Amino acid sequence: MLRNSLILGLVAVFALALFTIFSEYKTPETLNRTAQYYNENEVSQVGAANVVTAVVVTYRGLDTLGEVTVLFLTASVIGFILRRKKKGEPVVKADKGSEILSTASRILFPGSIILGVYVFVNGHLTPGGGFQGGAVIGTAILLIALANPEFAVSRKVLHWLESLSGVTYVIIGLLGIFLAAGFLDNRILPLGDFGHLLSAGAIPIIYSMIGIKVGAELSGIITDINQTKTNLS
Amino acid sequence: MITFNIVLLIFLSVATISGALVAVTAKKTAVAILASGAISLFASIFFLVLASPDVAMTEAAIGAGLTTFLFFVILRKTESHHAEK
Repeated sequence: MLRNSLILGLVAVFALALFTIFSEYKTPETLNRTAQYYNENEVSQVGAANVVTAVVVTYRGLDTLGEVTVLFLTASVIGFILRRKKKGEPVVKADKGSEILSTASRILFPGSIILGVYVFVNGHLTPGGGFQGGAVIGTAILLIALANPEFAVSRKVLHWLESLSGVTYVIIGLLGIFLAAGFLDNRILPLGDFGHLLSAGAIPIIYSMIGIKVGAELSGIITDINQTKTNLS
Repeated sequence: MITFNIVLLIFLSVATISGALVAVTAKKTAVAILASGAISLFASIFFLVLASPDVAMTEAAIGAGLTTFLFFVILRKTESHHAEK
């Protein structure tokens, strides 16, 4: 009883604090200085139709490299903690997916992969980008894993995809130092026509690399979980 | 248009909070997982209404898609063969 009333009191204090913050909040009528700078100069400097992508990949490209690194570390730690089965050892017994699930996953799989590739290839034109596209690809792999508990993507293929795309990403970033204004500058390639698929310099290549890397990492995590030897419970 | 947006936002807020309550109080784990997936879905519509399609896409792909499916895979792995369904 005392515990419940304490929790209730805490929630009330928290609600009051949030209310005082939000009651004073006014939607700003004009963009702040940073946003205005991006909005005015993005088209001539970066040339991407999606300003968010221009900020994420070029202006704040180093942060994106850090995010990719964090995801890589997470995938490595999960692979380290979950013990994988050796050849011939049985995996943890799990029920096979129902007929509906396995048929639906087989129909949805190619479409999901294509949607993921579309999202990251068009990252500089439409909403979305490498992380979202990679997550869609990971979901496609997960759907197959849900239908078939013994499903596994080849570790070798995933490692190669992941490492190659990561190295390419950093090399493109380093090329920016020598050929353009700085690390991860996208102007190592011509900016092209605004709004076309092959425009905005290196952004389509960088976002494709991020998409492949994120997709491979998430697929690796899913394969690790699906192939784990020890019973999770 | 503005009033429609406000009605939609109020509906989404109510739906999100009730989804959270269902997720906390549900007896079956599968129902709780579905409810938390629904919260992510409502949140992604929230972001879309608030004019940030990129964030909405991330929320839909990771929150509603990947996490929900991942929970189901792990649920299947952890629940034993003869446990009640």
